[in-house]
Amino acid sequence: MAQDQEIKDQIRELFTHQKLGVLSTHHSGQPYASLIAFVGNRDLKEICFVTSRTTRKFANLSADPRVAILINSSLNMESDFHEAVSVTALGNAKEIHGSEKDEILRLYLTKHPYLEAFATSPTCAVVGVTITTYVIVKNFQQVMELHIDQ
Amino acid sequence: MNWILSPFEISTDHRSRIGPKAYALSLMAREGFKIPDTLFLTVDAYNVFVNAAGLRERILLELNRKRFKDMRWEEIWDCATRIRNIFLKKQIPEPLNSYLTEKINSCFSGKTLAVRSSAPDEDASGSSFAGLHESFINVRGTSSILDHIRRVWASLWSDAALLYRQEIGLDVEKSAMAVVLQETVTGNRSGVVFSQNPNDETQVIIESVYGLNQGLVDGRVEPDRWVLDRDKKTVLSHTPAPREHWMIPSEHGVEIAPLPEDLSGRPPLSNQDALDISELANRSEGLFKAPQDLEWTIKNDTLYVLQSRPITTLSPGETQDKRAWYLSLHRSVENLKALRATIEETLIPEMKKTAKELSEQDIMVLSNGELADEVRRRRKINQHWVNTYWEEFIPYAHGIRLFGQYYNDAVRPDDPYEFMNLLTQTKMASLERNQLMEDMASMVRKDRQLFERLNSEEAFDLNSEFGKKVDEFIEKFGDLSCAVTGGTECATDTRPLFKLLLEMAVNPSSLASRKKPNGARALQQRFLECFQGPKRKEAEELLDLARSSYRLRDDDNIYLGKIEAQLLRAVKEAKSRVESFEHRETRKIELDDLKSAIQDLDDGTFNRKASLQKNTNGIKVNPRQLVGQPAGPGLSKGMARVVRQHLDLQDFKHSEILVCDAVDPNTTFVIPLAAGVVERRGGMLIHGAIIAREYGLPCVTGIPDATALIHTGDEITVDGYLGIVTILKTCEKRPLLPNPIVRKKF
Repeated sequence: MAQDQEIKDQIRELFTHQKLGVLSTHHSGQPYASLIAFVGNRDLKEICFVTSRTTRKFANLSADPRVAILINSSLNMESDFHEAVSVTALGNAKEIHGSEKDEILRLYLTKHPYLEAFATSPTCAVVGVTITTYVIVKNFQQVMELHIDQ
Repeated sequence: MNWILSPFEISTDHRSRIGPKAYALSLMAREGFKIPDTLFLTVDAYNVFVNAAGLRERILLELNRKRFKDMRWEEIWDCATRIRNIFLKKQIPEPLNSYLTEKINSCFSGKTLAVRSSAPDEDASGSSFAGLHESFINVRGTSSILDHIRRVWASLWSDAALLYRQEIGLDVEKSAMAVVLQETVTGNRSGVVFSQNPNDETQVIIESVYGLNQGLVDGRVEPDRWVLDRDKKTVLSHTPAPREHWMIPSEHGVEIAPLPEDLSGRPPLSNQDALDISELANRSEGLFKAPQDLEWTIKNDTLYVLQSRPITTLSPGETQDKRAWYLSLHRSVENLKALRATIEETLIPEMKKTAKELSEQDIMVLSNGELADEVRRRRKINQHWVNTYWEEFIPYAHGIRLFGQYYNDAVRPDDPYEFMNLLTQTKMASLERNQLMEDMASMVRKDRQLFERLNSEEAFDLNSEFGKKVDEFIEKFGDLSCAVTGGTECATDTRPLFKLLLEMAVNPSSLASRKKPNGARALQQRFLECFQGPKRKEAEELLDLARSSYRLRDDDNIYLGKIEAQLLRAVKEAKSRVESFEHRETRKIELDDLKSAIQDLDDGTFNRKASLQKNTNGIKVNPRQLVGQPAGPGLSKGMARVVRQHLDLQDFKHSEILVCDAVDPNTTFVIPLAAGVVERRGGMLIHGAIIAREYGLPCVTGIPDATALIHTGDEITVDGYLGIVTILKTCEKRPLLPNPIVRKKF
């Protein structure tokens, strides 16, 4: 139980301090990775981001909502190998609408206020990824999994 | 953190936090110079403001949409406008807001203030920033003072300030702004003094006006001028001014008013006053150990120093000149009003008259020698109007910008280009042309026989209603085969016009003018309600000026095109004669004369367009998403039609996206067919953007190499909200050259 809590805290820590993550989608089996500015829910059930509807990532996740998101604390230094924490979140993506979208946008812009013009453009979609599993890697090789009961 | 300091708290260490202007004032105050009650807002306060709510990153995102060196001035102005709007919309965060409110209330207790910029960069550069940043006087009320502080901060990011900093090698991203808050001293006589004449070190120069100094500094009130001998302390000369106006405080700010008669007859200073002011400048020079440029005012016979700075003596052509050029990018209302009168009452009627006279002249009856002279004459006339276009018409476009800033200051809209809705849908020559095309297309649509005849390139009845309409159109606007309005048969014949009419006829939805009601009436009301009394009249005048400026931005090209077309007509005739007489020995002298007259002239357009972009770097680039400037809101998807030369326009199809180097009013007739517009040239107020807004089309401008990176047939999306063009699918059969021209007589 204590270990669960520790993992959850580490993920929340990453949610708070990391602004960017890497989203993985695919097109006809060809993997495609892209950088996203994200916001994560405190209950860890959802990670959200904003993207233009004309992007490849949006086309890919519209065709197949299964995605992975990598968030990590590396600083591009040698010490990353023992200090950095990395989380891969697996889940299903969907575009968010209505009042739920407004609430997510509020949280998103609290974290990324400089992206206001982008995030509120009518051509952009707010995407929520419902997370089923987190894979957390630390101390170079230690890997734990956290399964989220949705 | 001390966000506000008084002149008596300042030490040398504070200089970089309050800027040289404020630092000089603090030294003067401590040395016993009479200055108005003053406080300094340090750069720390500015930094708190821009660091709150991600503002700094937002500014930098704006500025880094593309490389600064790739931006045209218009794009930098757009960038500065968006940044300024962000400053106007953002409130000063707590606890800074409460701190400033309390300090202003307790130190100035209801007095009106001057809110002046003081940029620490000025020290680092060793250059004068005079006039580059904004300063305001007679600002009343704490909330208005806080608002004007934000405006002064925002002026750090004005187009002129951005350009100047780049010019002198300062990192604009590290710049910050301090502010001088100074009690307004409503002097009845004011001026500037140069403790040493920059052109004669033995002299002192004083300029003086009645009323506030702002009138002199802005160049709106002409000053009396005195020259004094520095050593002998005597007046050498006095040059009076016409003394017609003065600048006085108004309820909100200042205003220019007629000077009362009893003052206009006598100079603002006596010789003794001039000597006193000269002595003040001398003391200031002694304090700063350098010749000073000092602003002063006299109230109730007390002489106040408003500011003092070293005189920057630079050789001609150095930075001083460039700063002056950057400052000239902004025009005053008076200047624009005068320009408007010249353009509307003199230049446009003259252009119309010239075009008419040239078109009525029968050049076919001229001998070869006379024709050569006529070509030269027309070339000269055309060049005269091209020069006039750059010198008079282009600066007049500043009327739109001036109004934009005025509107944004008053209304504080979310969209800094909302003001454009008040300017669009005015009567423009290009819209009249497009309407005529719409009428002709409607005739073709309704008359099946006419449609078939045009489609199969058969002749039609020239005396029919349609035939007359075509004649009327060609007489007014030419046959669209030329890149200038009024030109005919540049390369083919009336085919380009008929191809477009057929395309419009089979796509009626495109013709029903997508122009949508933009709520202009409600916006206008909202705008005007921001003003009361004389200010309302000023706002109405400025709106009227902006509408005229907007209309002429389009019309001037149409009229210029008509004159070019007449030069072109003479050149065509000359070329034709050269070709037919090439082998006749007897006419050699006349032939050489004709050849020389048309040398360097093409029968297309004359050195008014940017050169075509070439993709010659040999590196294969597959662009996916290109970032430019959002110039017309909306999203559209369609096939790209890349227009590299004028005749490419005749192949334009309904729902295609126009991709070009630069749209001008002589080419916008395809816009009613288009689904979107993409342009290499950047800016919100360029023709492509203006016409796209008129038709409610998504538009992205300022995409470098747009015509090289995008190809006809590529499937693209135009995101006019974010300024992004996405290439979804590239066309497999890319034409290597522009589309072949059909040369067929119709």
